[in-house]
Amino acid sequence: MMKSKADEEEYWNSSKFKAFTFDDEDDEFSRLKESKQAVNSIRRLVEEDDDEDDVEKVSWSGEPVGSISWSVRETAASNQKTDREPAFPKINTDTPAISKSNSGYSLSSLFKGKSRGSFQTFNDSLSDSSVRLYAPELRKPKSEYKDYVSDWSPEETVQRMQQGKVVSLEKFRSLQDKLLLLDIAVSAHDGNVITAVLIYLKRTLSKEVLFRELESRQIALRHFIHYLTETRDQRLLLELLRALCRTEDMALLQYKEHLSIADENKRRDFLKSCLSLPFSAEDSAHVQDHYTVLERQIIIEANDRQAEREGKVEIFQKFPRRASILNMPLITTLYYCSFYHYTEPEGTYSSPLNIRQTFKISEKQYFVTALAARAKLKAWSDVDALFTSRNWLGFTRKKSPLSFQRVVDILQKNSAPTQVLQDYVALVDDADVRISLAQKHKCHDIIINTYRDLKDRQMLLGYRGKVERGSVEERKIDELLNNPQIRWKN
Amino acid sequence: MAHSARRKDCPELPDFSLLKRLARDQLIYLLEQLPGKKDLFIEADLMSPLDRIANVSTLKQHEVHKLYKVEHKPVVSTSDQLCFLIRPRIQTVKWICDVANADKAAGKFRRYKIIFTPQKFYACEAVLEEQGIFGDVTTDEWAFNLLPLDDDIISLELPEFFRDNFLAGDQRWVRTAGSALHLLHSLYGPFSKIYGIGRCSKMAYESWREQVEEGEQRTHQAEIGKVFLIDRDVDFVTPLCSQVVYEGLVDDIFRIKCGCVEFGPEVTSSDKSMKVMLNSQDKVFNEIRNEHFSNVFGFLSQKARNLQTAYDKRRGMDIKQMKTFVSEELKGLKQEHRLLSLHIGASESIMKKKTKQDFQELLKTEHSLLEGFEIRECISFIEEHINRQVSMIESLRLLCLLSITENGLLPKDFRSLKAQYLQSYGVDHLLTFANLRQLGLLVEQQPGETLTVMESKVGKLVNDKTAGKLTDAFSSLAKKSNFRALSRKLNLVPKSDEEYDLRVPRDMAYIFSGAYVPLSCKLIEQVLDRDGWTGLEEVTRLLNGHEFAVSGSTGGDSKTKSDAQRIILVMFLGGCTFSEISALRFLGRERGYKFIVVTTAITNSSRLLEALLDNHA
Repeated sequence: MMKSKADEEEYWNSSKFKAFTFDDEDDEFSRLKESKQAVNSIRRLVEEDDDEDDVEKVSWSGEPVGSISWSVRETAASNQKTDREPAFPKINTDTPAISKSNSGYSLSSLFKGKSRGSFQTFNDSLSDSSVRLYAPELRKPKSEYKDYVSDWSPEETVQRMQQGKVVSLEKFRSLQDKLLLLDIAVSAHDGNVITAVLIYLKRTLSKEVLFRELESRQIALRHFIHYLTETRDQRLLLELLRALCRTEDMALLQYKEHLSIADENKRRDFLKSCLSLPFSAEDSAHVQDHYTVLERQIIIEANDRQAEREGKVEIFQKFPRRASILNMPLITTLYYCSFYHYTEPEGTYSSPLNIRQTFKISEKQYFVTALAARAKLKAWSDVDALFTSRNWLGFTRKKSPLSFQRVVDILQKNSAPTQVLQDYVALVDDADVRISLAQKHKCHDIIINTYRDLKDRQMLLGYRGKVERGSVEERKIDELLNNPQIRWKN
Repeated sequence: MAHSARRKDCPELPDFSLLKRLARDQLIYLLEQLPGKKDLFIEADLMSPLDRIANVSTLKQHEVHKLYKVEHKPVVSTSDQLCFLIRPRIQTVKWICDVANADKAAGKFRRYKIIFTPQKFYACEAVLEEQGIFGDVTTDEWAFNLLPLDDDIISLELPEFFRDNFLAGDQRWVRTAGSALHLLHSLYGPFSKIYGIGRCSKMAYESWREQVEEGEQRTHQAEIGKVFLIDRDVDFVTPLCSQVVYEGLVDDIFRIKCGCVEFGPEVTSSDKSMKVMLNSQDKVFNEIRNEHFSNVFGFLSQKARNLQTAYDKRRGMDIKQMKTFVSEELKGLKQEHRLLSLHIGASESIMKKKTKQDFQELLKTEHSLLEGFEIRECISFIEEHINRQVSMIESLRLLCLLSITENGLLPKDFRSLKAQYLQSYGVDHLLTFANLRQLGLLVEQQPGETLTVMESKVGKLVNDKTAGKLTDAFSSLAKKSNFRALSRKLNLVPKSDEEYDLRVPRDMAYIFSGAYVPLSCKLIEQVLDRDGWTGLEEVTRLLNGHEFAVSGSTGGDSKTKSDAQRIILVMFLGGCTFSEISALRFLGRERGYKFIVVTTAITNSSRLLEALLDNHA
């Protein structure tokens, strides 16, 4: 392989965090490439008779299937339930006790249900493992079990509902009965049944009473909220939240409606109406920003679309817009403006500086975005200007709120040429990082200078082998190596 | 490989293919309830699960004429019988009502049948009633709630379980989980011992127990002895970490769907994509799925070399030898060759993607967060991530990881990071932030650490109504993650100065490069070692309680059938990751257990967070 065993050993063990690297293109990756070549080279043999496909594929295309042997046996309705001890103990599931009940119902009576209808089991058909068949009971009319509907206690009613059997809730007419039914449903931990009872209560209780009672029943309340959300009963949900004084939730819920408004002008107007909603102070500022951004985007979009159509503005011809700016995040808008409207005076809506001001964008954020946009346009002088600051003596120097390592990364992702890159690689503080970046981007000068500054003769000698023979770089290294004034450390 | 079995006495896994047959037979039975030719509409997210147990010809044999995907658009079918195979979702039922009502208005007569899977909800029937369709439509339930994805993975294929249960607080799936457990119990039980932690686990246990009591009991040889139930919200840290074990990495990058992955042209090195099943049947995959990614290359190149040697054998063969070679070895070699090129292609593509996005630095940040080291640097890394508009989900993942490991963000940091996030990815995410706060995934640190204790004390004293209000008010506090304390107690983060040889893993931390032992799996390990929660009182307190350990009095001959006692079913309520499965497989090899993972769905950081996004209509 590429490396000796010992090398590898040392490589993987060197440190916990370095044990796994995706960066080093030199070893594992190329090893992988080699394996790939090896495998590819033997492809020909494999393709000689490429008739069957060994990789299992998934498709709906029908392979022939054997006839499915199955039969349905209705498992007899068995009331064989005896009063045996439960095999597993009941555990406390922390449901609030049923406080509204004065009728002496105990929770345990719920689970010991005396009258039981048939219940589907797998036993009969599955005890013989060779012919395990399963008979769904699904088509059996549920009414078969119905005795006198009004006879079911709340516990039994809930239990029957859990088993998917027919019940009638109409007999629960007094508020006390209704709430008892609800509490028992909650203590059975079956969301389906809880919601079913809530649908009944919604139909038979006034909102005021229902809301009042739900307030002290958090679990039922959450089911109700979820039900209203799913049925998209926005109006009732808002009323409920208002009754519960959950004003922030109300505001968010109303704000959410903007997502379903496609027309940008209507959306803007809707957002404007959201400004008065009782958000937290912090969120209120965000919603204000949302409105302001969209308002601007609408103006910018209209102007730019026209400019593009008229074909008078060069940049739109050279770099046609790929999508509309409407409904994009603020930073995307800033990028867009840094791309198309960079030089505009600060007074215009589309000026990046104006956007920065209006939305209080942090220096770093502004910098990152402007850098990426200008680099994308290969406007290297603009890039350069971004970093340049003058000190009080009038000297220029390069300053960045972002680490230069990151700057190099952004430039490189926008395919900056080596000459541009090396200016910024040279500004990286840490010598090790600088060298590795320089190596990655082939900035020979920086590597040579760094080794010179480190007085590392050995590394410099080593690097001489890597540069082209007879090149300017080689000559420079030779000059340095022959320079008697440098005190090498090795 | 590094993971040659430590213990040779691991018991054999039960055969779960029976579950597929059961589901298929039941579906066929249901289809036959609507005799004659019919068109079948299938809910989009049921297509893949259905694919695993039946195919088109199965359906055609039972007079399904045409297949459609449910798209909430007017139907074009000309059939006079329509069958809908759907999840019990109100919006889907509403659409069906629209279809039926449109037919009525057009004077078209058809028969309709809805098959809800895994069960129907009253709320759906209420829609049928409201829309005046009740009675015109027959409804049925298809209890397809367990899909074996592999020898040791069974999925309920209910990704919505997570959001419904943990975010909305809707317990609609509790009974489904209980029924799934009940089915496993009746086929492979009786279980002798059940452990668990989490509110939902407790409820699922209760639901299961009631169903056992409702039914009959049988005695047969237990194939699964012990069960461990765990709620996803007990451990959010683990699914939020980047996966670096092969199978998890493939899931993070290519998204494994129902045990199947689609490799694009960049992997297949051809012009078309290819769908590939990833399970133990794939011999190459089976050997690398649990490996740390750094070991995968070595393995694949070794394999490639072996393959070359095997092919080279044919040189210098005479006709007879060649004939034997072709008939006996060539087929196997070809298959291996195909698999090998695929996985090499996948690894290559993973490398390219990860190199591009500074994966190294990302991992370093995650590890620092887990360790609680250089938090300021981590925050500025996350900030830059946001400023540069790198992946919206990735930024959110890092923010959540920061919040859980630090027990919430300082108010100043919280405000600034939230503001920058909204600027970069859209103010719509206000709604996402509200969800994350509700779930306790991304919160502001609150002053006054002792409030939680106070709340529980007060809660016991006052009546229900007040307690409800209190719980609401303190809910963000009750959800404190206490990660740092848990990490110390359970020794989740090994000391960073120790070297970790990823090729010879010494503990489950290898799945995260030796930086972190997954909390969920550590709890399972500890409870199994101690046969309960004794000695873990402090840990359960930090996890907000809800632990239990119960044994069945009629658990059967647990002593004599000791193999079954070492087969442990772990049920994740709210999803589990491939990394956790790998960790459990490792634990199994160490301790001589076999784990069967039952999960409501396979999850990873993206799926988990995408379920909480609310920036779309």
